Amino acid sequence: MVLLREVGYARPATIEDAVSLLATHDGARPLAGGQTLVNVMKARAAAPDVLVDLVDLDELRAIGFSSDGLLEIGAMVTYTQLMGSSEVDVARPILAEVASTIADVQVRNRGTVGGNVCVSDPTNHFPPLLVALGATFTIRAESGERTVSADEFFLGVYLTAVGEGELLTKVNVPPSSGAGDGFAGVTIGKHGTYIVDAAATVSGDDVRIALGCVAATPVRASAMEERLTGSDFSEDSVRSAAVGVGATLDPPADVHGSADYRRRLAEVSAARAVLQAARRRRAK
Amino acid sequence: MEAPARSRAISLEVNGEQIEMEVPARRLLVHFIRDDLGLTGTHVGCDTGNCGACTIDLDGQPVKSCMALAVQADGAKIRTVEGLAAESELTALQQAFNKHHALQCGYCTPGMLMSATALLERNPHPTEDEVRYALQGNICRCTGYVNIVEAVVAVGEEHA
Repeated sequence: MVLLREVGYARPATIEDAVSLLATHDGARPLAGGQTLVNVMKARAAAPDVLVDLVDLDELRAIGFSSDGLLEIGAMVTYTQLMGSSEVDVARPILAEVASTIADVQVRNRGTVGGNVCVSDPTNHFPPLLVALGATFTIRAESGERTVSADEFFLGVYLTAVGEGELLTKVNVPPSSGAGDGFAGVTIGKHGTYIVDAAATVSGDDVRIALGCVAATPVRASAMEERLTGSDFSEDSVRSAAVGVGATLDPPADVHGSADYRRRLAEVSAARAVLQAARRRRAK
Repeated sequence: MEAPARSRAISLEVNGEQIEMEVPARRLLVHFIRDDLGLTGTHVGCDTGNCGACTIDLDGQPVKSCMALAVQADGAKIRTVEGLAAESELTALQQAFNKHHALQCGYCTPGMLMSATALLERNPHPTEDEVRYALQGNICRCTGYVNIVEAVVAVGEEHA
């Protein structure tokens, strides 16, 4: 029987109380769905002194629109909730599509958007997707609220712009309008962990591409984006624009693939994601 | 605002019965169910959140009880495999598991039953693909998936 280290537990009723608990207790960590945190506590890879359970903070479970039209997703929104949300379906359906490929039913019922991004595991699905979509992140501290861009949010493996005593409250995603979105990659098993993945969004002549699993944080394929500016997004032009992306990367090597294999997969995944995004844009 | 504590008095409903108990904050929900409540039908397979043998129904959704703390279930409504059949009458799904030989060693069966029950409540006539998608979080190491999938599909077909 796995025995966790002794831990304190609090269940605040308001975001203010949650932030205050996080700020006043050393070693306090927010507990969302627990689909990563409980497991790393079992492995003693993390040993928080206090868990601040966000379960009662209904405000963090909301999906809605800001006054300027951004899709606002509360940090405690689960993957299952995203998959069933009419707001997501209208504004940015790629979020539900990608959520439906994460782990399995049980994990999707408890795992949250906030957890996915705050863990900042390089193989997680949402970091590259949210970079490609140009999302922003709202972070609450005792001193107030701030919003950071996706490019500034992911700082390293298990490290984000959310500092000690702070709480991610929501992720803000621009609606797709005329843009098409794509997500592609190669997994270990059908719906397993990604070996490499890529997210792309194509709007007008503009394209944003983010690669996952090739570095500690998502990598923008800027040179490929430039090569595709004004492109017709034909199969040939997209595939030739992807050539050279791999050479700019220094990906990890592990039992699932060498660094060279990941460089190759990065080009293939980026091309597939862009082609899917361009196809969807044309279909609009 | 309540201060953090290393234990908590929790109140929850398990298989229709109201339970009040003081539990350590570090106790996993699966251990609370098995060791504190004596409901050993919920199995611990891998203890790492991969195998799904510990799947229970928490507030209407299948979840893995080894990836939750007992204190997180304060105020929740839980159903375990023991809560599926009323008295001695097996559910249609349990009977289908029997009829289609959908178990060999039986270790994964409680989790399979909980995930498949949740699927059939949402979608009473699932296709084979839908069954496979819904059971992705449940691993059978006897590799009896064919008969398990057959059993779940058959329940939907028989009650069409």
